[in-house]
Amino acid sequence: MTPSRVLFSRIFGLLRKGSLERDMNDEVDFHLQMEISENLRRGMTPEEARSAALRRFGGVAQVKETWRETHGLPVFQVLWQDFRFGLRMLRRSPGFSSLAILCLTLGIGANAAVFSWIEGILLRPFPLVAHQDRMMAVAGTTRGVAGHTDVSRPDFLDFQKDCTLFDAFIADRITGTTLSIGDRAERSPASVVSANYFDALGVHPILGRGFEPAEDFGRNAHPVTVIAYQMWQERFHGDPAIIGKTQMLNGMPHTIVGVAPRGFYGTFVGWAMQFWVPASMQERFDPGGYKLEDRGARWIEGFVLLKPGVTPQQAQAEISAVAKRLETDYPATNRGSGVKLYPLWQTPFNNAGTLLPTLAIALAVVVFVLLIACANVSNLLLVKAFGRRQEMTVRLAVGAGRSRLLQQLVTEGLILSTLAVAGGLLVANWCRDLFVLMLPPRGGVRMNLPGEVDWRVLALSAGVCLVCTLLFGLVPAMQSGKIDLASALKAESGGVVGGRRRAVVRSALVVLQVSLSFVLLVGAGLLIQSLRGVRNTNPGFSTQNVLVSSIDFVAAGYDIPRAKYFQDELIDRLQAVGGVQSVAFARLTPFGYRSYSTSPIAVDGYEAPPDQRPTVDYNEVGPAYFAALGIPLVSGREFTRSDNETAPLVAVVNEAMASQYWRGQDPVGRRLQVKGRWLSVVGVARMSKYGNLTETAKPFFYVPMRQSSMGSSLHIRTPLAPETMAKALVREIHALDANLAPGELITMQEQVDRTTAPQRVAVGMLGVFGGLALILAAIGLYGVMSYTVSQSAREFGLRIALGAEASHLLRLVMSRGMALTAGGLVLGTAAALGLTRLIVGLLYKVTPRDPLAFGVAFLVMTIVSMAACFLPAWRATRTDPVRALRN
Amino acid sequence: MANEKSDVLHGSLILMVLRTLDTLGPQHGWGIARRIEQISGDALELNQGTLYPTLLRLQQMGWITSKWGVSDHNRRARFYAITRAGRKQLAAEAENWERISDILTRFVRPAREAS
Repeated sequence: MTPSRVLFSRIFGLLRKGSLERDMNDEVDFHLQMEISENLRRGMTPEEARSAALRRFGGVAQVKETWRETHGLPVFQVLWQDFRFGLRMLRRSPGFSSLAILCLTLGIGANAAVFSWIEGILLRPFPLVAHQDRMMAVAGTTRGVAGHTDVSRPDFLDFQKDCTLFDAFIADRITGTTLSIGDRAERSPASVVSANYFDALGVHPILGRGFEPAEDFGRNAHPVTVIAYQMWQERFHGDPAIIGKTQMLNGMPHTIVGVAPRGFYGTFVGWAMQFWVPASMQERFDPGGYKLEDRGARWIEGFVLLKPGVTPQQAQAEISAVAKRLETDYPATNRGSGVKLYPLWQTPFNNAGTLLPTLAIALAVVVFVLLIACANVSNLLLVKAFGRRQEMTVRLAVGAGRSRLLQQLVTEGLILSTLAVAGGLLVANWCRDLFVLMLPPRGGVRMNLPGEVDWRVLALSAGVCLVCTLLFGLVPAMQSGKIDLASALKAESGGVVGGRRRAVVRSALVVLQVSLSFVLLVGAGLLIQSLRGVRNTNPGFSTQNVLVSSIDFVAAGYDIPRAKYFQDELIDRLQAVGGVQSVAFARLTPFGYRSYSTSPIAVDGYEAPPDQRPTVDYNEVGPAYFAALGIPLVSGREFTRSDNETAPLVAVVNEAMASQYWRGQDPVGRRLQVKGRWLSVVGVARMSKYGNLTETAKPFFYVPMRQSSMGSSLHIRTPLAPETMAKALVREIHALDANLAPGELITMQEQVDRTTAPQRVAVGMLGVFGGLALILAAIGLYGVMSYTVSQSAREFGLRIALGAEASHLLRLVMSRGMALTAGGLVLGTAAALGLTRLIVGLLYKVTPRDPLAFGVAFLVMTIVSMAACFLPAWRATRTDPVRALRN
Repeated sequence: MANEKSDVLHGSLILMVLRTLDTLGPQHGWGIARRIEQISGDALELNQGTLYPTLLRLQQMGWITSKWGVSDHNRRARFYAITRAGRKQLAAEAENWERISDILTRFVRPAREAS
C-alpha cells in the first residue's frame, strides 16, 4: 500500500510542479528568516546572522534539489531531460540520424512485415473467428502412407457424437463454381460446410441467417447459400433486399439465406470464399458422387473447437481412441485409418502448410538483416560517440555518473529505434498484402493472404525495438563509459580517446556484418541451386506446346450425357483448327490446385499388411490424354472413345504401381479392384509428376473419364500461342453454346511454374535481402576503412614523405580491409555450415554444403569488400604529406 | 546514493521528527529543527536543510500532514502534524530503537555481562 501511495503522491507532485516550487522557496525563506532573527536576538550583526543561518541550513541549492527529486519521479524527469537532449542531438546531425533511422526502419519494417504475414497467414488466419486459439484442423491418416487424407462424413459424425473434449466439429470442403461475366468465366471458390459452421465459428451473418441443423441432411435437399460480403457487393451491388433471392449455382437455383460479414473469407487459408452451401449439397458441389452416407468416401477437411482448458494432446488422445474403435467396428472402410489434429499453422490441406517453410525462411532472413542493420547503426553511433568524446569527458569531469551517461546514450538509441519502429510499422502496413502479390493465381483465382498488423505484431515489434536498442546502443555506450578521464583531458583535440579499443569494437562489428551477409549469400545460393534443380526436373509430361484450360459444366447446369456430347463436339471442332495436334479432357490437370481422387485398391496375388488398406490416387482422363500431355506408354494402349459407359471397365497404371503391386510383371490384361469394382489394366504409363516437381515416385492410375464423371480440365497440344488459341477456343465454344465460357488458358509450363511459386518467393526474398545485407556490410566496411584512413593521415603523410609508393599504400590499406573481410568469411563459413543444415528440408538435389553456393558467396563477398575498401585506400595514396604532417 | 551510515542517521531523524510532533503538536520546520537541537543539548549538529526532504518523505508515507498557516510572528509558514499512522510508526520505531540500543549497549559494555 505504502509504495503505491508514494508513487501516487509523486505523480501528483509532477503535475503541480510550479506551485510546489513556490511553496518550497517560501518554506526555506521562512526557515532562514526565523534562524536569522534568532541569531540577531543572540546579538550577531545582520551580516553574521545571515551567514550563520545559511551555514546551519547547509547547501540551499542541494537541499532543494534533493527535495525536488523526492517530490517528483526523478526517473521520469531525467528521462524527459535525456529525451529532449537526445532529440536535439539527432536534429544537429540530420545526415547521421536519417541514415541510422533508414537502416533501422528497413530492418524493423521487414521484421514487422514478416511478423504480420506469419500472424495473418499462419497463426491467426481467421480474424473474425471468436476462438481461433482453441481451433485445430483435423485430417485423416492412413497407416503406412505419409501425408494426410480427408475424413468421411459418418466418421466425422461419430467423432462429434463420441468425443467429450470438443465444443464443435466443423466440416468444411473447398469447392467452387464458375460464374460468367460476359465472355469470361470466373472461378468463385466456395465451401461445403456443416450447418453449425457460422454458429460454431462465432461469425454472425450481417443479413439473414447461417445454416439450420436440418440443412445438413437430405441428398441435395437444401439448395440454400450464405454469400460473402464481396459477392454481395460486387455481384448484387449491396442489394439490401437480397435475402430470399435466388442464384444459379452449379446448375441449381439456390436461395440466398444470409450475407457473411465483411472480412470473413471462410476457413481456407489462401482463398477468399465467395459463398457457402450446407453439407446436404455435397453431391452437387464435390465431384465423385453422393458421399454423405459413405464411410469410405473421405472428403471433409475439418476443424474442431476444443473446450476451454483442453490441451491438444488430450484432444488427440480422445479422438484417436474413437478412431481406433471405428477401425474395429468398420474394418471394410476404416482399416488402417486414423485421425490427426493439427494446429492451424500446420493445417495440411490449405496453404498454411505450403507456405510455412517460405515464411520460416523469410523470418530468418529478416532477423539477419536486422542484425546487420543494428551493427551498422552501432558503427555509426561509435563514430558519433567519437565526435562527442569532448562532451562526454567534460560531463564526466563535472561529476556526471557513468551510469547517467549510459542512460543518456541508451535514451538516444531508444529515440532512434522508436522512430524506426514507427516507420517500420508503416512499411509493414504497406507490405501487408505484398506477400500475396508475389504468388500467382491458382486455378484462375487470386490468392487471398492478408497480413495482419494486430497488437501482437505491435508488441513484438516494440520488443524487437528494445532488443535492437540494447544491441546497437549499448556497445558505443559501454565504450564511452570507459573514457579515461585523466588522459582524455590531457590529450589534445587531435588525440584519440579510447581510439584503439573503439577501433577494435568497430572492426568486430564489421567482421560480424561480413559473416552475416556471407551466411545470407550462401543461403540464397543454396536456394537458387535448389530451385534450379527443381525446375530442371523432368515432370514426365510435356511442358512445351501444351495449353491447359477448363470449362465448368457443373456450374453451367450440364448433366453428364450433355457434357459428354459437348466434349466430343468441341474436341472435333478444335482438332479442325490449324495447328492443333490433339485435344483431351480430364477431371484434373497435373499440378492443379485440386486434389486427386483416391481409392482403396486390391490386386490379385497382392497381400497388404493386415492393418493396412492400400489406397492409390487416380485421375479420370479422356481419350488421347496421354498423347496430348506427351506421357509415353511403356506397355499397352491408351483410352479411346470406345472406352465408354457400356464398354468393360479399364485402367492405365503407372510404372511405380506396376512394380509395387505386380512386382515388375507386365500388368496389362490383369485385374485391378477400385472402389469394389474390377477393372482390367490396359496400359502402363511412364512415371510422371502429379502434384509438384519435388514429390517422390508414387503409385498412380488412370481410369477413362466416360466410365466415371464429367471432367472439366481441357488440354490442347499445339504450337500456337496461348492468346491465339484462347480466341479460337472461345469461338468454338460459343458456336456450340453461347452461354458457356472457358476459364483461364495458360501454358503447361506456367501451370508447373505456379507450383514452385513458394520456392521462388523464398529465393526472391533471400536475393533481395541478401543484396541489402551485402550493401549494408559494404557500407560498414567502407565506413571503418575511411575512418582508419582519416585517423592515420599523419602516418600516411610520413610514409609518402619517406618515399612510399602509391601502390604500396594502396596495398597496405586494402590488406587491412581484406583482413577484416577474411575474418568475417571464416566466421561466416563456420556459421553457414551450421545453419544451412536447418534448411535441408527445403533443398532439392543440393547438399547444404554445396561447394558452388559457398564458392560464389565467397567470391561475391570478396569482390564487394575489395570495392568497399578501394575508395578509402585510394584516398590514402592521395594524402598530402605536407598538410598531414603540419596538422 | 545513500550509504548505510546515513541510513541509520536517517532512521533516527524520522524518529526524532515524529517524537517532536507527537509531543509538541503541530510545528513548522524551523521549530522542529530547533526542538531536535534542544533535546540533543546542541550536541547534534544537524544540517537543518536535510530536515525538509525528510519531512516531505514522511508526508508521502502518510505519517505526517502539513498545512499552511500563520506563525507567531505573523508570517506564512507550513505546519506539520503527526497522523494516526505516524503515531503507530513512532511506537514501532521507538520499540525498534530501544531494542537496537539495548543490543548495542551489551556490545559496548561487555564487562558487566561477564561479572
